[in-house]
Amino acid sequence: MSTAPAEVDLPRSADNPVSDKPWVTIVWNDPVNLMSYVTYVFQHVFGYPKKKATKLMLDVHHKGKAVVAAGAREAMERNVEILHGYGLWATVKQDK
Amino acid sequence: MEPFRSVRGGGARAWLAAAEASLLRSLVSQIMALVEPEDFEDRPGPELDDELAALEAMVHGPGADQPPEDPVLARLLPDGYRDDPAAAGEFRKYTEPALRSAKHQAAQEMLDTLPDAGGRIQLTQDQALSWLKALNDVRLALGVRLGVTEDFEQQWGRLKPDDPQWTAFEVYAWLGAVQESLVQALHLYPRSPPGRL
Repeated sequence: MSTAPAEVDLPRSADNPVSDKPWVTIVWNDPVNLMSYVTYVFQHVFGYPKKKATKLMLDVHHKGKAVVAAGAREAMERNVEILHGYGLWATVKQDK
Repeated sequence: MEPFRSVRGGGARAWLAAAEASLLRSLVSQIMALVEPEDFEDRPGPELDDELAALEAMVHGPGADQPPEDPVLARLLPDGYRDDPAAAGEFRKYTEPALRSAKHQAAQEMLDTLPDAGGRIQLTQDQALSWLKALNDVRLALGVRLGVTEDFEQQWGRLKPDDPQWTAFEVYAWLGAVQESLVQALHLYPRSPPGRL
């Protein structure tokens, strides 16, 4: 899903202590969005197969939220922007 | 209404009564007015190309960094970060103008493919996506105004038919059925390969 460039071992120092923490895209439960619609959006936006999209949708529905993607901060912000365009309630967060 | 059905090769078709078309037109127009920035008239229309739109965005500068006060608008243009007002403000400043204009454009595309007097509707896959987004925005707006929860059917069932909100619940349920039929119609012919919009 995300474009993964060849990994480079960056020197770890006190200057960049959080640089390796990934960012995630979270989708929150919402009483309005149809389950079928949310599944469709996950398939369409992320190219996920129906099975994975359905599982993520059910996680959102039953657990209140689900991490639907992980990667660079900019990519996660772009995801959230796209998901907002579809009316999904999405946010960016740095994984902990 | 005849619900949406798949069209071979992609897209969907349906049939709407005149009153249904007019109801959709009115609701979608309200969303357009809601998401329209105040100075929208001065902005280039969708017929201008992306480069010009980007230039225009530079001229207009970033948008607001606070969520809208109207709860409906706050739901249509939600925060991009939770529990981090500074990051949410930055995100909003640089994305809200584009999000408003994307919602405006989806609504406009729906209106453009909605016959005035109702009747047969035939949508390409892209037009159907605009319908999904615009219908969803209308449902979000009504859902917030009505205080809809997961127990929507029970909320509706508790109302008496002469309750002023009864009709709004009926419209909300109908919109859900329309959107559901469109999602199902598109599921049968997924775009290939799946792409971002």
